[in-house]
Amino acid sequence: MAVVEDRRAGVQPMWVERIPPVWWALGLILLTMPAWAGDFILFQVMGWTFILGIIALSLMFLAGYGGMVSLIQMSVAAMAGYMVAIFGASGVAEISMGLPWWLYIPIAIGVAALFGTIVGALAVRTAGIYTIMITLAIASAFFYFTRQNYTIFNGYSGFNLVVPPQLFGVDWRQAVPFYYLTLGCAAICYAAVVYVSRAPFGLALQGVRDNPRRMAALGFNVTAHRVAAYTFASVIAAIGGILLVWQNAQIAPGTAGIPAVIDILVIAVVGGIGRPIGPFIGALIYVVLSTFSPDLLTAFGLSGERFNLLIGLGFLAVVFFSPDGVLGLWERWQARRARMSDPLKGGGA
Amino acid sequence: MRKALIASISALALGLPSGAMAQDDPVRIGILVALEGAFAEGGADGVRNVELAIEQAGGSAGGREIETVVAPTDTTPDTTVRQARKLIEQDEVDIIIGPLSGSEGIAMRDFAKTIPDHTVINGISGALETTWVDPAENFFRFNLDGAQWGAGLGTYVVEEKGWDRVATVAADYSFGYTNFLGFAVDFCRAGGTIVERFWVPLGSSDFGGVIAAMPTDIDAIYLGVGGTDAINFLNQYAQAGADTNLIGGTIMADQTVLTSRGRAKEALIGTPTSGPLAEDNPDPAWQDYVAAYRDAFPEDERFPSPSLFGVGYYVATLAAIQALNEVDGDLSDGQAAFQEALATMPLETPLGTVTLNENRQATGSVFINEVVEDGEGGLKNEFKARQDDVNQTLGMTVEAFTAMGLPSRTTPDCNALGGNEG
Repeated sequence: MAVVEDRRAGVQPMWVERIPPVWWALGLILLTMPAWAGDFILFQVMGWTFILGIIALSLMFLAGYGGMVSLIQMSVAAMAGYMVAIFGASGVAEISMGLPWWLYIPIAIGVAALFGTIVGALAVRTAGIYTIMITLAIASAFFYFTRQNYTIFNGYSGFNLVVPPQLFGVDWRQAVPFYYLTLGCAAICYAAVVYVSRAPFGLALQGVRDNPRRMAALGFNVTAHRVAAYTFASVIAAIGGILLVWQNAQIAPGTAGIPAVIDILVIAVVGGIGRPIGPFIGALIYVVLSTFSPDLLTAFGLSGERFNLLIGLGFLAVVFFSPDGVLGLWERWQARRARMSDPLKGGGA
Repeated sequence: MRKALIASISALALGLPSGAMAQDDPVRIGILVALEGAFAEGGADGVRNVELAIEQAGGSAGGREIETVVAPTDTTPDTTVRQARKLIEQDEVDIIIGPLSGSEGIAMRDFAKTIPDHTVINGISGALETTWVDPAENFFRFNLDGAQWGAGLGTYVVEEKGWDRVATVAADYSFGYTNFLGFAVDFCRAGGTIVERFWVPLGSSDFGGVIAAMPTDIDAIYLGVGGTDAINFLNQYAQAGADTNLIGGTIMADQTVLTSRGRAKEALIGTPTSGPLAEDNPDPAWQDYVAAYRDAFPEDERFPSPSLFGVGYYVATLAAIQALNEVDGDLSDGQAAFQEALATMPLETPLGTVTLNENRQATGSVFINEVVEDGEGGLKNEFKARQDDVNQTLGMTVEAFTAMGLPSRTTPDCNALGGNEG
């Protein structure tokens, strides 16, 4: 959980100095990656990781700070993707309007945010497993609706040839530009979530998560905070959705089918929903497993078609050894190290 | 991977022109196939058949060894494109064989345009649009599409059965429309009347409304649904009295339905269907192929006879091998010679001779089967007739076919084809 340190005590160091070295190293690795990684790693593995990470980040925000496990995030992302295809250009000329990018991107984010907010307004009146059920129900309704509606969503086949605009003379679908595009978006979304979690709204939201009654007694509008959290999370998910449709160059009902919806939850849980970096770690594990598990099986002389078994076992192992995700493993390892290096502190890490 | 790396490094070191090396490298074929979801069993049969075809060719073609890489999909276009990209960029394959289902095919058509110096040979996906609307130069389809699979059935029911008034119940998605279009074009040209069209969502379990609204003055119902949907329909139809004949779409009378429990399937006896194969096709080429398939795999690891999906992948692999032999394994110059060979050579397949048209879409045979009792309490399909040389435009001119429009709920217009509607 985002611990709010008391920074007023002592001399405030410069904000740059407060960034731990691990972050500098990570930033350096990510920024220089195109120099030593192939196109496939950049576009497919890392690009997809950032996109799934962004969508799972929106779930992490709702679940970690708001205490609301929402399964609608993938549908919100797909809604944004569909809006890009409908208002922008695609291979389905009868439906797509071909508006310029500076118009269709805000429209897509706006419509997706509206959709997420409406779902949120319905879902916040429930808690726990009922939130999961109501959002899952709406997510599957969205899937079936897009599959059967031909006038707007072009039904079963969806939209193809949806590509990013050629901006500043750059083809954003090439591996390196797309890598930096997704990396930049992921960094912005990450920073936004960290900022909001420390802003008064985020703190109030965490208060609502921990004790809604007390927050209500203090004069906070609990429902409004929760709905606003859905709106914010939807904007994040919408950004992920737009990048996703650009990466795949197409969108179809299967993009937000039930397996995809569940995958987002799995990613967030495996990574850890305690901190905003969790979903990105989870996404990397998911992408690596789903991309390379058939190869791993064939390398051991097993039949490649059982790749799902490997993916399932991987996730099972993570959840079994660490119920709070990979982040939890890391935190426990650090706590243990602190204990070992400083015997005076004992178990009080 | 490592071998390729060593090979390319040593090629660089020796300063050899890479073209000279390429002849000795193995040809890498990526098998893009659904191994998750409803088509997983069929997809696995596809992989088996690619292996069978390569084994029959002695594991090599055009003097080069063949290596395969399997890329599993879950039938969603997103995953398909992702896996295809992995095959090209990570596994460095020369040729992709696949995909399996319709919307994957359309996604692959668009992806193929981004990899012009590689070749995609369709597995068994059957969407008309894949090779009809804005086709890719390097996408080849040696199987018939969903509309072609319906050809011949309309004439057969009008002329052989004398059923010229039908109501239709078909699945409300692209394959449903496309397969229906093939039947309807033929049926309407033969002078038939479509009394009413019903469209049911994929995965329907309640057909009560459709059955109750069914007109009474009809000779038969065209049933363009498959799998459990078809079983549900038949059950409810049997309970409602089952008082007319049935005509089946390509995926209607498959093994799922024929081997289902209960008496409902008895309504199926005498139902004609059409599709790309007939299990008891007497053609020796087919018989030999079935025998080879049975010999190649133990009984518990295969179907009793090759599935529709398996045959599709088998034919695609045959095409790749034949074209590789023709060009002596030369895949240089953006595979120009190989693609030329694929596009122009007639291919001898277990299903008869297949040729490609200017869109690189197959012209071939459609088989009419009828459901009969197998004498052991079960049902089976019996080969009745075949229609050869079914082309992409179903015998119409390109202009007329274009004017008819793409498959949809209302296309084709039966009146415009010489039949009657409603």
